[in-house]
Amino acid sequence: MKFWISCLVVALAAGGLAISGINEYFFFAAFVVLTYIVLATAWNILGGYAGYVNFGTSAFFGAGAYAAVVLFQALGAPLAVQIAAGALTGAALGFGVGVMTLRLRGIFFAIATVAVVFIMETLMINWRYVGGATGLQLQRPEVMAPFTTYARMLFVVMTLMAITAVGIARYIQTSWLGRGLRAVRDSEEAAEANGVPTLRLKLIACVVSGALMGAAGAPMPMYLSFIEPASTFSLNYAIGALAAPMIGGTIHWLGPVIGAIVLASLQQIVTVTISGEINVLVVGVLLVLFVILAPDGILGLFRKWLKSSSR
Amino acid sequence: MAEKLLQVSNVSKHFGGFAALTEVSLEIAEGERFGLIGPNGSGKTTLINCISGLLRNESGKIVFNRKEIGGLPAYQRSRLGIARSFQVPRPFHTMSVLENLLVPSAYVVHLRDSEGETRAMEILKGMGLADKAQALASQLSQVELRKLELARAMAAKPRLLISDEAMAGLAGNEVDEVLKILFDLNAQGITIIMIEHIMQAVMRFSQRVVCLDAGKIICEGTPASIVKNADVQKAYLGA
Repeated sequence: MKFWISCLVVALAAGGLAISGINEYFFFAAFVVLTYIVLATAWNILGGYAGYVNFGTSAFFGAGAYAAVVLFQALGAPLAVQIAAGALTGAALGFGVGVMTLRLRGIFFAIATVAVVFIMETLMINWRYVGGATGLQLQRPEVMAPFTTYARMLFVVMTLMAITAVGIARYIQTSWLGRGLRAVRDSEEAAEANGVPTLRLKLIACVVSGALMGAAGAPMPMYLSFIEPASTFSLNYAIGALAAPMIGGTIHWLGPVIGAIVLASLQQIVTVTISGEINVLVVGVLLVLFVILAPDGILGLFRKWLKSSSR
Repeated sequence: MAEKLLQVSNVSKHFGGFAALTEVSLEIAEGERFGLIGPNGSGKTTLINCISGLLRNESGKIVFNRKEIGGLPAYQRSRLGIARSFQVPRPFHTMSVLENLLVPSAYVVHLRDSEGETRAMEILKGMGLADKAQALASQLSQVELRKLELARAMAAKPRLLISDEAMAGLAGNEVDEVLKILFDLNAQGITIIMIEHIMQAVMRFSQRVVCLDAGKIICEGTPASIVKNADVQKAYLGA
């Protein structure tokens, strides 16, 4: 109950901000942070709960973005339909990739997911309808009523998407699914011997995770008014989606949210104050620091602190 | 003779060019205490991996409770009533001891958490692990880990329990503790296959023993007859 009230408060606050007179740049930056919240939360469902490290977030994200563009080009589909199509495409890709790769363990699975990024990018480079390698300029439709600019609307849409993603991750974590996935992460053989249908559970996680990543990618073309393969399938998305849960903590749904807010906000600040090149370095440095000093992330640090102060 | 619970007939398994099991056949009756012995690398663990489903046998048949199970994945076999412990304990190390037991109770027996917890606590009490229920599995000692393996297997309400070297590396009094647990479980009607290197334990526990060597059954009989068997002595001592 407390969770859903918090969600409502966040949604209302986002709505309030969107119709306030606040500077337009805020919405541009916040959109990116929110995108990373969705990506990190999605990544954590497979990577954190089940321990299957997906390096291919960009493939799912890009698939969602291109699905949106195709529908927009062909039918002039509205944003909600684009997002639904992005989610479906991500889910389908998750299923396909999952069936082919989830029998692989550890590093082999991770490598296979990287390959998917290159396959998807190559496919889009060679597809003229969506602009091929040069990309495609997109004409945004008119913005809807209460919002004065498109960025403000996208900000609210992305907030709702983040709430949905976190709600799903939270449900999975606390349900029978979450316990099964944790069993898979701890010992796949023991899980299987104790009645856990490991392959099916991993597939479910991969499909849900892919769907959320695809949905997160769908609004991106409208945000940029442009799409092209190299930046859409940029490995920065994959690294960010993986780094945020590592920094925040992987065992709880709150971890990726905290990690994404810290990481993506810091990146935005660095991009504006120093340079757009250094922001990639920020991810690297933070990731190294956390892996060495706080392997359980910010949540882990917080728990330790709670324990020591209660003594 | 009581009803046959498990029938393994002519099961073979290769790893590349290495024949891990060759035409292994055995029958185990409901309620039996069955010992499986053999030198290292003789195929004991491969055989129980084939029975529990972590490996698939290439030829032959495995029939459990009159049902051919050779093609089923491990999780389905666990739902039919086959539970096992692992030679090297494989606890769910990020979960508490209690949660470890809730995995099979949710996925095998399909209990709700409230009922599952009550049952799990009873099992833990029976094994002397009740005071560790909330401890993380990664904080347990070696003997506690062995007990957790058995407790988790029991939470699946099995008809057949396969204990894979549950006593390896334990001290004398700890061996007795685990042995008593296995006797108690058998008294509740659970059929038990015990794989063990500690001869004195297998001999005390088993009603019938089979000895594997190089993937083949070299002899079968009562514990007393097995120790006297020339082939068994040769397999172990290499004379």
